Amino acid sequence: MTARLRWRKLVSGFMLTMTGVCALVAVSVLFFILGYLVYNGGTSINWDFFTKLPTPVGEAGGGMANAIVGSAKLLLLASLFGVPIGFFGGIYLAEFSGQKVAFVVRYAADLLNGVPSIVIGIFAYALAVLPFKHFSTLAGAFALGLMMIPITLRNTEEFLLGVPRNLREGSMALGAGKWTTIVRVVVPAAYRGIMTAILLALARVAGETAPLLFTAFGNRFWSPGLNQPTASLPVVIYNYAISPYDDWHRQAWAAGLVLLGLILMVNIIARVILSRGVAVPRS
Amino acid sequence: MRRITGMLLFVLALGGLALAQNALLINGAGATFPYPIYSKWFDEYHKANGSQINYQSVGSGAGIKQVTEGTVDFGASDGPMNDDQIKAYKAKNGSGILHFPTVLGAVVPTYNIPGVNVALNFTPEALSGIFLGRISKWNDPAIAGANKGVNLPANDIVVIHRSDGSGTTYIWTDYLSKVNPDWKDKVSKGTSVNWPVGLGGKGNEGVTGLIKQTPNSIGYVELIYAAQNKVPYGSVKNAAGTFVKADLASVTEAAAGSVKTIPDDFRVSITNAPGKNAYPISSFTWLLIPEKFKDAAKRDVLKGFVKWAITDGQGLTENLSYAKLPKEVVDKELKAISKIQ
Amino acid sequence: MATSSINVPNAGPVAGSRSFLSRLRDGDEIARVVTFLFAASVVLISLLLVVELWMQSTLPRHKFGFSFFLTRVWDPIAEQFGALPFIYGTLVTAAVALLIAVPLGIGAAIFLAELAPQKLSDPLQFFIDLLAAVPSVIYGLLGVFFVIPIMRQWVQPALKSTLGFLPLFQGPAYGIGFLTAGVVLAIMVIPYIISVSREVLLSVPRDQREAALALGSTRWESTWKVVVPFARTGIMGSIFLALARALGETMAVTMVIGNTPTISASLFSPGYSIAAVIANEFTEATGDLYLGALIELGLVLFLLTFILNGLARLMMLLTTQRGSGTAQA
Repeated sequence: MTARLRWRKLVSGFMLTMTGVCALVAVSVLFFILGYLVYNGGTSINWDFFTKLPTPVGEAGGGMANAIVGSAKLLLLASLFGVPIGFFGGIYLAEFSGQKVAFVVRYAADLLNGVPSIVIGIFAYALAVLPFKHFSTLAGAFALGLMMIPITLRNTEEFLLGVPRNLREGSMALGAGKWTTIVRVVVPAAYRGIMTAILLALARVAGETAPLLFTAFGNRFWSPGLNQPTASLPVVIYNYAISPYDDWHRQAWAAGLVLLGLILMVNIIARVILSRGVAVPRS
Repeated sequence: MRRITGMLLFVLALGGLALAQNALLINGAGATFPYPIYSKWFDEYHKANGSQINYQSVGSGAGIKQVTEGTVDFGASDGPMNDDQIKAYKAKNGSGILHFPTVLGAVVPTYNIPGVNVALNFTPEALSGIFLGRISKWNDPAIAGANKGVNLPANDIVVIHRSDGSGTTYIWTDYLSKVNPDWKDKVSKGTSVNWPVGLGGKGNEGVTGLIKQTPNSIGYVELIYAAQNKVPYGSVKNAAGTFVKADLASVTEAAAGSVKTIPDDFRVSITNAPGKNAYPISSFTWLLIPEKFKDAAKRDVLKGFVKWAITDGQGLTENLSYAKLPKEVVDKELKAISKIQ
Repeated sequence: MATSSINVPNAGPVAGSRSFLSRLRDGDEIARVVTFLFAASVVLISLLLVVELWMQSTLPRHKFGFSFFLTRVWDPIAEQFGALPFIYGTLVTAAVALLIAVPLGIGAAIFLAELAPQKLSDPLQFFIDLLAAVPSVIYGLLGVFFVIPIMRQWVQPALKSTLGFLPLFQGPAYGIGFLTAGVVLAIMVIPYIISVSREVLLSVPRDQREAALALGSTRWESTWKVVVPFARTGIMGSIFLALARALGETMAVTMVIGNTPTISASLFSPGYSIAAVIANEFTEATGDLYLGALIELGLVLFLLTFILNGLARLMMLLTTQRGSGTAQA
């Protein structure tokens, strides 16, 4: 073996090991974040955290019950707004539309997907807060729902297109109309993929803070109905983290752990469902 | 299909439930300066009679803006609205807006200097020099001269100011404008100014947080934030030449001079007040309440709250290091409450 | 990849047209119209967003015109608004983020695509996808309590003492500033670079690698000199994607950047980014000019990310065409 070859082999071994190191670093960041959150927030998660309202500034104790419920409300409403638009729009793209219309709609969805979340906040403020003259859960849900639309739409379209042609043709051959075919054959076949898309969209917006800053605003109490400002987990984490109070820092860690835990769980569930393959009904 | 309708019905039921709880909620936003006492007050008031007043501490600038837009029911600010802002409010809403002072507070210079745990003495020249960026090291003679015996390190000063529109900034810059004509020219006063140097923190909370974490820093916060978080704060030389530390007595003395001459709309500045032991960076803080309310229920709750706050509520202020309102001011305010329609 | 959509004509079993009423009764026509409305609403919403941004920023656009992008001063009292500090901060932090994330990301992608057996590569990719799901505010939380102290106590002084002759590393070490924001952003965008680059590398046809190895190259040489250049466009696309993400980040940046509109050569200096200033000042912008200036900044950010995302997609398109095309001799 010549010296040059030895050198090249050495370089090869070295660089390839370095890539391994890069991958290791990238993956370990995730575990580091989780571990850090568990270490700092684990001890602060107690019954109070889930059930009590915040106490006056500077007094220790209290919890985030209103923020947890507020986030849940926001996500529920956001799905009610964003998922149908994405879902039915996806059906249109996959089943009915021509090439040109499909291109325009996909382009618009990608555009919406790429908008920075703070700009979505501006848009939602202009449309859902100013005209009605108050901050509200609805406005926050509008902002979050907007962000759910592109993910739901693109994924619905993709999974519907993935359903094999012969399923559709078989149904048509039996006399079913187009819509009946879609509802009873195609969508159920793509059901798993679409469910995971919705779950992933939910997980994505669950952690969003910026769009809520000027739509849902904030609330130290329970938010009655849908038309009032509401506390939400990400915004409370932000406010507590930049404050000087150690007790609030504790609570921010705990809330961060809860939030991240939920988001990761939803992501894992979604991906596991997906990896089991899109269900195709056996004949 | 049935599963989907089932889910939809469930969701609708939840929605109905959510809409059903329509307890009265009043929303306010504004100054972080009085946030500790306001949050205590709203909590006590809620315990006393159930009214929910949700106050968001987003800074005086945002308080003024949001009450003008009508997105909150009332605002709060430690920099009183200027004539232009009041005009803008009238133009947008058809009726006027009223200022109600609630407590007296102090803005103190807080710092985090490794090894220095005592209360430093600051002259007006030192403070304005630091915030203008002209004094850059802690052991500068302008600072050391007033602090003989203190071992000030030769470290760079990290200036911390507000990144959001702030009444606390207004009070601080109002004071600096009065004591330093150079400051008045270059920066002047306002809730949001063009800072020559420094890092920005969000709210009194953010500034205190930054100071706690950043060695060699100095910033300006309301007294209770420094006290509650055990951050050292200094004395300031007042107009009479004494180095005064902010406390209930010195703040009350600062207000004493202007009590007789307080205008009907309660907008007055008491920085750099005369008085031997007056703390020079004191101020009132105001609730901004619209003159006309469309919702009678909200109006009555707010009127009741203001009345309670300036009378019974004053008993809670001293615990949080805010000084009580002078009696003459309270009397004048009680009469002014009837202006709220 | 999904199969192409075959448009089964909405006729029933009998080819040819059915009467309009019978199509209607079957619900097909209604279904088509209703789903079309949903799809159209997406287009409408996006149009509305652009229109709103454009219209609400009319005042500053007319008042300042192009000089908005060249002015350094941001003075709400004097009503002087200049976007330069924010554009500078946004670009600098993004540049720092890419400088850190691109080598790491491509390296990891090479490992996952070329070296790791599938049993290892898939789970690792799974974890990296999870990393992409961590919300911005959690990164901010870690930034404030973990990254900033480390930067202030170890990293920045070390950089100062070794590379302090460069203007990049001068000035007091606050811990807060462009460098810290760049580091936090780097962690946030690495997953995007890795997952897209990995996919692109995997799609490079096997014969490319085999040809290189057959000619006597080492494993690394075949990867670095043949496979990666082949996937070059796609990797560029992933970088643009990452850049678009970095530009739009709000929470994590505002918690560690210092929130001061400064332009400084030093990476240790505090600064501001477009997204951060909007988040901080939007609710308090009194006066239409102030609010309009912030919205104009939002418009700028939107245009930047729009162009970058478009370029990224273009590059992905070019790569897949190239990869799936027949290998040219």
